[in-house]
Amino acid sequence: MAGKPIHRGQTPSQTVGPFYALGLTPRESGYEYSSLFGASTIRTETRGERIRIVGRVLDGEGTPIDDAMIELWQADADGRYRHAAGSSEDPRRPDPTFSGFARAGTGITPDRSFVFRTIKPGGAADGQAPHVILMIFMRGGLNHLYTRLYFADEAAANGSDPVLSAVPEERRPTLIAQREETADGVVYRFDIHMQGAHETVFFDV
Amino acid sequence: MTVKRYYPRDWESHPPLIHPDYKSTRLRGPTRPLLPLNPGTGELTGPAFDPSILAPLDHDLTRNAARNGEPLGERIVLGGRVLDENLQPVSGTLVEIWQANAAGRYAHRVDQHDAPLDPNFFGAGRGVTDAEGRYCFRTIKPGAYPWGNHDNAWRPNHIHFSVLGPAVATRLVTQMYFPGDPLLDLDPIFLAVPAGARERLIAGFSMELTEPGIALGYRFDIVLRGGRSTPEDL
Repeated sequence: MAGKPIHRGQTPSQTVGPFYALGLTPRESGYEYSSLFGASTIRTETRGERIRIVGRVLDGEGTPIDDAMIELWQADADGRYRHAAGSSEDPRRPDPTFSGFARAGTGITPDRSFVFRTIKPGGAADGQAPHVILMIFMRGGLNHLYTRLYFADEAAANGSDPVLSAVPEERRPTLIAQREETADGVVYRFDIHMQGAHETVFFDV
Repeated sequence: MTVKRYYPRDWESHPPLIHPDYKSTRLRGPTRPLLPLNPGTGELTGPAFDPSILAPLDHDLTRNAARNGEPLGERIVLGGRVLDENLQPVSGTLVEIWQANAAGRYAHRVDQHDAPLDPNFFGAGRGVTDAEGRYCFRTIKPGAYPWGNHDNAWRPNHIHFSVLGPAVATRLVTQMYFPGDPLLDLDPIFLAVPAGARERLIAGFSMELTEPGIALGYRFDIVLRGGRSTPEDL
C-alpha cells in the first residue's frame, strides 16, 4: 500500500445515519457485539464526585430524537485530561482509572434520554471553568456538532470563563446544566435543542 | 504536554448543517451560525485508546459474526491510510465501520427493508492504524437500499466510517462510496458535500489490495485536520 496519497484536502463529513449502533454502541443497544466505549467514564477507584448527566436531544418541533449519539470528553477530578498523546513522564499524570471518554445513544431509554455516568471534572490549568465537551451525531446531522456543558453550581468560575463570556448573554443558559439531588445521587440535566428559541450554542471547534 | 493547534474545519469541504434535499436536516440542523471557539485543553486533546481491547477478528467482517458458514455476497478488501493535512500518517487511531449486508439490509432492528438478513453477517468492524497510518478490513460489498427521503429514493452502496483521530478537534464520521455507482448523482447525502470535495468520498479500485482468487481490493484514504505542534504549559 505504498505510494502517494490520492489527495490532501479534508475528508468531508457525512451523517452517522440511523444505524450507527451496530458499529458504535452495539452492546448498549442489545446486539451481540462488544462495545469499545460505554456510557460511563469511571471505575470504582476513580476519584471525584459521582454524577449522572441526563438529557434529551430535541428537534425543531420539540420532539425528542431517538437516533442521536452523544460523545463526552472531560478532565478528571483534578482538571487533567487523559490525552492520547500525553506523556507518562508528565508529573501531572491524570487519574489512570478515569477514561474521560464515553458514548451514549438516545434510543435506549423509553423517554429517549442519554445518560452518562461520570464524575464532576475539576477546573483545568487553562483557566477555564469546569466543563464537559459533548459531540452530537444523528441521522440528519451531516456534520457532528460540538457544545460544552457547564455546571450551574459553579457560578463564580463560569463568570470568568473565556468561552462562556464570549457567548451572547441570552444564549448562555443553553450551556448550563442544572443540578438535581435525587435518591440515586446527583443528576445534571442538559437538554440539547437543535433549533428554536432555546437553540443550544454549537461551536466551530 | 505538547498539543497541536489545528487548522480550521474547511467548510469548502464539508456539507452544510441544513441541506433541504436531505429532509432529516430540516428540523435537526442548527439554524444559527456556529460560534467561533478559542479551544481549551479539552478540544486539543482526545481519548487514549488501548489496541489490546480489540478482538482478533474485529477487522474481518466476513468472519466476526459467522454462525454456520460464510456471509453471502462479494468479498472485498478495504484498506487505506489515515493522514492529516500535512500528509503525516495518523498512527494508532481507531477506525470503526458499519454497513448493510449484500442484500442492502442492516442487522439493525429499526431497518425494515424487505431484504434478507444474513445470519453470518453483522456488519460492524474496527481496527487501529499502524505506524504509517494504514488500516485494512475484509468485508462484503454492501447492497443499495431504498429509503424514505423522496419518491423512489435509494442510497448508493456505502460503508460508514468513524475515526477518532488524535484530538476532539479531529473527530470525523463519514461514508465511503464505490466508484461508478449511478446512484451517487441522485443521493442528497452525497450531493450535500461541495462538488469539489465529493470525489474524496469515493474509494478507488486497487489491484494492489486485490487478493488473487479471494477478493477485489478498494482503497480509501482519509484526511483529518492537520496542525502545528506547540509546546504549551497545560
